[in-house]
Amino acid sequence: MKTIFDKKHISRTTTYLLVIVAYIVLTILQKTGNLGSLFSGLLVPVCCFIVAGIGLNLNVGISGELNLGQAGFMSVGGFTGVIVSGALSTMIPNGIIRLIIVIICGAIVAGIFGYLIGIPVLKLQGDYLAIVTLAFGQIIMSLINNLYIGIDKNGFQVSFINNTLELGEGGRVLLSGPMGANGIDRIATFTAGIILVLVALAIVYNLMYSRNGRAIMATRDNRIAAESIGIHVANTKMLAFVTSASLAGAAGALYGMNFSTLMPLNFDFNSSILILVYVVLGGLGNMKGTIISTAILMVLPELLRSLQNYRMIIYAIILILIMLVSNNATAKEKISGLFKFLKKNKAEGVEANE
Amino acid sequence: MSENNKAPILEVRDLGIDFGGLTAVNDLNLTVYPEEIVGLIGPNGAGKTTVFNLLTKVYQPTRGTIKLCGEDIGKMTTIDVSKAGIARTFQNIRLFMNMSVLDNVLCGMHNETKYSPFTGILRLPKYYSQEKMIEERAIQLLDIMDLKDDMDLMAGNLPYGAQRRLEIARALATSPKLLLLDEPAAGMNPQETEELMNTIRFVRDHFKIAILLIEHDMKLVMGICEKITVLNFGMMLAQGTPDEIQANPEVVKAYLGE
Amino acid sequence: MAFLSYLFSGLSLGSVYAIIALGYSMVYGIAKMLNFAHGDVIMIGAYISYFVMASFGLPVYVAVIAAIAVCVILGVTIERFAYKPLRQAPSLAVLITAIGVSYFLQNGAQLLWSSSAKMYPSVFGNGQLHLFDGQLSISYLTIITILVCIFVMVCLSLFINRTKTGSAMRACSEDKGAATLMGINVNRIISITFAIGSGLAAIAAVLFCAQYPAVSPTLGSMPGIKAFTAAVFGGIGSIPGAFLGGLALGIIETLTKAYISTQLSDAIVFAVLIVVLLIKPTGLLGKKIREKV
Repeated sequence: MKTIFDKKHISRTTTYLLVIVAYIVLTILQKTGNLGSLFSGLLVPVCCFIVAGIGLNLNVGISGELNLGQAGFMSVGGFTGVIVSGALSTMIPNGIIRLIIVIICGAIVAGIFGYLIGIPVLKLQGDYLAIVTLAFGQIIMSLINNLYIGIDKNGFQVSFINNTLELGEGGRVLLSGPMGANGIDRIATFTAGIILVLVALAIVYNLMYSRNGRAIMATRDNRIAAESIGIHVANTKMLAFVTSASLAGAAGALYGMNFSTLMPLNFDFNSSILILVYVVLGGLGNMKGTIISTAILMVLPELLRSLQNYRMIIYAIILILIMLVSNNATAKEKISGLFKFLKKNKAEGVEANE
Repeated sequence: MSENNKAPILEVRDLGIDFGGLTAVNDLNLTVYPEEIVGLIGPNGAGKTTVFNLLTKVYQPTRGTIKLCGEDIGKMTTIDVSKAGIARTFQNIRLFMNMSVLDNVLCGMHNETKYSPFTGILRLPKYYSQEKMIEERAIQLLDIMDLKDDMDLMAGNLPYGAQRRLEIARALATSPKLLLLDEPAAGMNPQETEELMNTIRFVRDHFKIAILLIEHDMKLVMGICEKITVLNFGMMLAQGTPDEIQANPEVVKAYLGE
Repeated sequence: MAFLSYLFSGLSLGSVYAIIALGYSMVYGIAKMLNFAHGDVIMIGAYISYFVMASFGLPVYVAVIAAIAVCVILGVTIERFAYKPLRQAPSLAVLITAIGVSYFLQNGAQLLWSSSAKMYPSVFGNGQLHLFDGQLSISYLTIITILVCIFVMVCLSLFINRTKTGSAMRACSEDKGAATLMGINVNRIISITFAIGSGLAAIAAVLFCAQYPAVSPTLGSMPGIKAFTAAVFGGIGSIPGAFLGGLALGIIETLTKAYISTQLSDAIVFAVLIVVLLIKPTGLLGKKIREKV
């Protein structure tokens, strides 16, 4: 067994440790009041996007299929969670138990959507598959935009396109079309976020280094060879797709429980793209990379806040430069040359001052 | 070989396939007996690889029957053919280039391990016992193919000859009854080819399987095949022992032209 | 008659999609990349034409020429500095870079011109053509849009099929390596492709804003996504496919809004796309790819 675990095992352990250390450090900072309110507010969302990113990396990096609709699955999970939490709020007042139920429900419903969507989608290849995932993301957003759900003594009421809910006494609206859900009981915590990250990591790592994970990678590397040794390509791709969707659903459910309002627009095409950016910058198939790049890229706009209006444009430039440097030798040379030049000037400046 | 008192492993009758109006293979008959090494030769474009693609169901035959150990595999999918016991290598190497050498072989044992994704994710005891079992066997296979020292390398980083050997190891990992080798010696130097011939013989004797191989290197074909089938323009031109084939004027004509 | 009137407005919207989709499709066909920043080039074109008309009071044809000029320069510059260094990089890296460029353009526009929408001047007036004793009225804008689209399509087909540069482009889309061996300067061809695509984006910008007269930094996203969908719908890389896909998408969208539901029109448009791809996995006019074993 030695060979399976050696190098890979160390890499995995450091990833888990990284998450735990980050948790301890951030919690101490938060408890001692050294973490600004902006960063405190980011803790749970960063965890959510890390989980969705780990899922997407399984899909894009390990399974090798571009997915432009990950936010759609977050949306499914998020709104499932909001509805479940709203329905159970009196029955299960305990926030922690309810949060666990909410996350599991979000994951399951998103997984079911992933399966249904996967049946047609996984028949396609390459960019065609990507555009269909984009289309599904848009469809999901559009459907939730037109969905109205309420609850009263008689149970759930659902209406579509036009709000025709007629709730009895004590009834509550859980979801109201483009306005989304309001007055959500905010039961998400940073600890829950970190636990979800660790669970997501364990799921993806354990899957990767198992029979099915090898089949997923084999299918990515060479579909025809994979079939020739008896790997069922469609089932294998489906496993990666559904797992990825479930993780996004769990992430969305936690995300929804972190804000008092959740709108369908929270999970638009741009969110899907953002998650993809985190995954690609972190390195395809590299879960540790996904965690680090998601954290940095989500915090970066806040760090750049002092630059006010220029922050997003600088963010864009940084994004382009990272891609150029990591993929082009000449660009790398030029830019590292620029840094050396700046450093040299700085050093000379220091010398002159002395 | 004692052909007459053993049932054939592979029995192909009147096999044919048309692509649109073009007949790529026609009226092919081929019988392979247990522990036999059979060569499939012919000029470029004769349809040799197409025969492999038909046997492994990458293409669906238009006509004819294929029987593996008496069982009709004509309607099976590629995956079921693999489970039934045919494994192959590819002319243009098709390894899992971004996976380790060991993982490539472990992939070949996909259907030998039977645990579910949940067992894998939850790391239940069955995961450990099965992984241990297949890993031991994979290392044995790599040892036979002289790849044991490279097992942690990425398959894509192996030299060409080693990649061809790894493809054979991966195919053997599926525990086949019949192994199809598509130009195993392509790109190898004479010394590597010599070693490959010994390896192929060893594989046949050690695993007691039948081997059907496509090869252009006549030294290899004549050296290890007990029986040779010659294809030309998708049709069977001749069949016989290496000596008979070498003496056949039709074959010489097909290769050298008129 | 109502149906005919919807059909015409669908054709008109579809014409705009088609012109944008041509840009996506040509770039994909030759550079094999999804240019996510294409929608934002449209946005820049819209602002340029807006300023030429609203601030300087110049006529629309000057605005179109100015927008084309700026967009062509912009497109070629983006290609030169952001995409060209990534010719050998994996396609996902190029995709992310294109997303970066898209952010850059959107936020740059926001910085320069603020995020609030500007009212686009009325370009072609509100005149209408009355047919069948006034039962069917079609605005001149609709007619002009459709005519421009047909004109663009004809010019582009002639260019691709009849000129030396056009055949070099076709060669590059088939096989860049072989094209280089034939003495074709592939980099130049890619630049030309981006120039044409961006010029078309400028034309589309004016036509789009004439229909939906609000100019904002995010103006390009939705028509961008729709036109990208249209390009895939028709078979990405195929020029007649982009034309057909654009028109089909515009008509489906307009008819859905008219007869089924305004709110669900996006969902239905994308659902149709999925159905088409399931029946024809490489789009309406896309080439079938078969891997050789």
